[in-house]
Amino acid sequence: MSGEPTRAEVCIVACAEAWRGDGAILASPMGLIPSLGARLARLTFAPDLLLTDGEAYLVDATGGIEGWLPYARVFTMVAAGRRHVMMGAAQIDRSGNQNISAIGDWKRPEAQLLGVRGAPGNTVNHPVSYWIPRHSPRVFVGSVDMVCGVGYDRGAVDLRVVVTNLAVLDFGTPERTMRLRSVHPGVEVADVMAATGFPLAVGDRVPVTRTPTAAELDLIRTRLDPAGAREAELR
Amino acid sequence: MTPDEVVAELRDGMTIGIGGWRSRRKPMALVRAIVRSPLKNLTVVSYAGPDVGLLVASGQAKRVVTGFAPLDSIPLEPHFRRARQDGTVELTELDEGMLHWGLLAAAHRLPFLPIRAGLGSGVLEVNPELRTIRSPYGDAQELVAMPALRLDAALVHVNRADAAGNGQYLGPDPYFDDLFCLAAERAYVSCERIVPRFHGPPQTLLLNRAMVHAVTETPNGAHFTSCVPDYGRDEAFQARYARAAADPETWREFAARYLDGDEAAYQKAVTG
Repeated sequence: MSGEPTRAEVCIVACAEAWRGDGAILASPMGLIPSLGARLARLTFAPDLLLTDGEAYLVDATGGIEGWLPYARVFTMVAAGRRHVMMGAAQIDRSGNQNISAIGDWKRPEAQLLGVRGAPGNTVNHPVSYWIPRHSPRVFVGSVDMVCGVGYDRGAVDLRVVVTNLAVLDFGTPERTMRLRSVHPGVEVADVMAATGFPLAVGDRVPVTRTPTAAELDLIRTRLDPAGAREAELR
Repeated sequence: MTPDEVVAELRDGMTIGIGGWRSRRKPMALVRAIVRSPLKNLTVVSYAGPDVGLLVASGQAKRVVTGFAPLDSIPLEPHFRRARQDGTVELTELDEGMLHWGLLAAAHRLPFLPIRAGLGSGVLEVNPELRTIRSPYGDAQELVAMPALRLDAALVHVNRADAAGNGQYLGPDPYFDDLFCLAAERAYVSCERIVPRFHGPPQTLLLNRAMVHAVTETPNGAHFTSCVPDYGRDEAFQARYARAAADPETWREFAARYLDGDEAAYQKAVTG
C-alpha cells in the first residue's frame, strides 16, 4: 500500500482502538469514521464485536445476517451493559458531560439539536466513547447547556476515550477529568490546548497517536471505504 | 372506517401515541387526517419523525413527548426545530429508553417502572415532575421512577391487518407499536391492505384484536416514511418536504398542494 496515512485514517484507527478488548458486546458507532473504526476493529483485533446494519439486523464481517436486534432489544442490551457506543457531542465538558439536545436555554433554545436520544441511559449503563470531528472551544466547553450523556461527576459508569481530529483524550486523572492521551501525527500539544475551552490535563511526555499498520490501511482503502468518503467527515 | 372517521373519534386535549420510529412506518394517513381536522391542544407521544413535524406545523400539537425527532436521512425534523426555537411547542424530553419504559408501565397498568436512564442527567432537571425511587432490597440503588405514559388513543400503521383488528408487520422491526396500542384507551390501526388470511411466520402477527379498536385500510398510508417490504422511504419527497418546511411561504404552498385535500387527493398528488 502506498501513501502516508491521512488524518482521517489515523482517526479511524484511533476509533477502532476504543473497542479493543471489549469482547462480544454491541458496538454502536455514530458517524462514518467511528463506523469504519468499529468495522476495522472487528476485522482485526476485536473479532467478537456485534454490529448492526443500522436497522434491525446484526451483520457479520461479510455483511451477512447473523442476528435480529430490533430497537426494543437494543434497549435491553443498553440496560444490560452489553454495549459500547461512540456518540458525537455538540458540547462536552472536562468531566465528560455531553450535550446533543439544545444550545442556549433549553426552554427556548437558540439552536434545537438532535435531542437527548439514548445518551442519558447509555452513560449510566455501559461504556461510552465520543467522536468529535472538529476539536474546538465551542465543543470543549466549561459547562454544557443541557446534560444528555452524564459525566463522571454525575454518575457515568465507564467513559473510555474522546477521539477528535486532533488527538485522543481520556479521563485518566485521579479526579477522572479529561486528559490528553495522545496527539495525532503533525499536531502539537499547544494546538490541542488552544482548541479546548477548559484546562486539560497533560503529562510530561504526550505520545503520538499510533498510525495505521499497512494491513489496516489496506482494509480501510480497499475494503471498508474504497470511495474515500472518510475524508469529508473532517472538513 | 376511513381515516377521517377514525379522527372523528378523537377529542381536543387528548394524549395521542403514534407508532413507528423516526421516518419509518408512521401512520401518516391518520396524521394527515388529523391535520385536516379541527382537533387542537394535543399531547403527542412518539419516537418522533414527520408525524410530530406535521402536527407541530399545523399547531395542533401543544406538547410533544419524545427523545428525538430526526427524519433518518435528515438529522432533524425541520418543523420541530423551528417550533422549539420559536417557543411554540412544549416538550417533555425523555431518554428513548425512558419512553419505552413509560409505555411498558402503562401497558402493564403500573404507575411507574424503575430505570437507570435519566439519573444525573438534564432530563430530570427539565422534567421536574420526574421522581427517583430507592430499591427496597439490599442493593438500595437509586433509580428513576418512570411514570406510566397513558394514552387516550394510539395510532399505528402495519403492513397487513384483518377486519377484526389483528395486525401484521412484515418489516425488520416491530418498533413499539404493540406497546402503544396496549398503553392506549383506544388503538387505531391503519394498514396497507386488509386481508382475509395472514401469510408468514406467526411472530409477525404483532397486534391482536383485543388491543385494537378499529382498522382502516390506507394503501401507501405511511408515505413518505418507509413501510418495507411494501415500499421504502420516498427520499425525494421527504427532501422536498424538508425544503418546504424551511420557509413559511414555501410551506403554505406545500400544504395547499398536498395536505388541504383528502387522502385520495394526497395519494394522487404524490404519485401523479
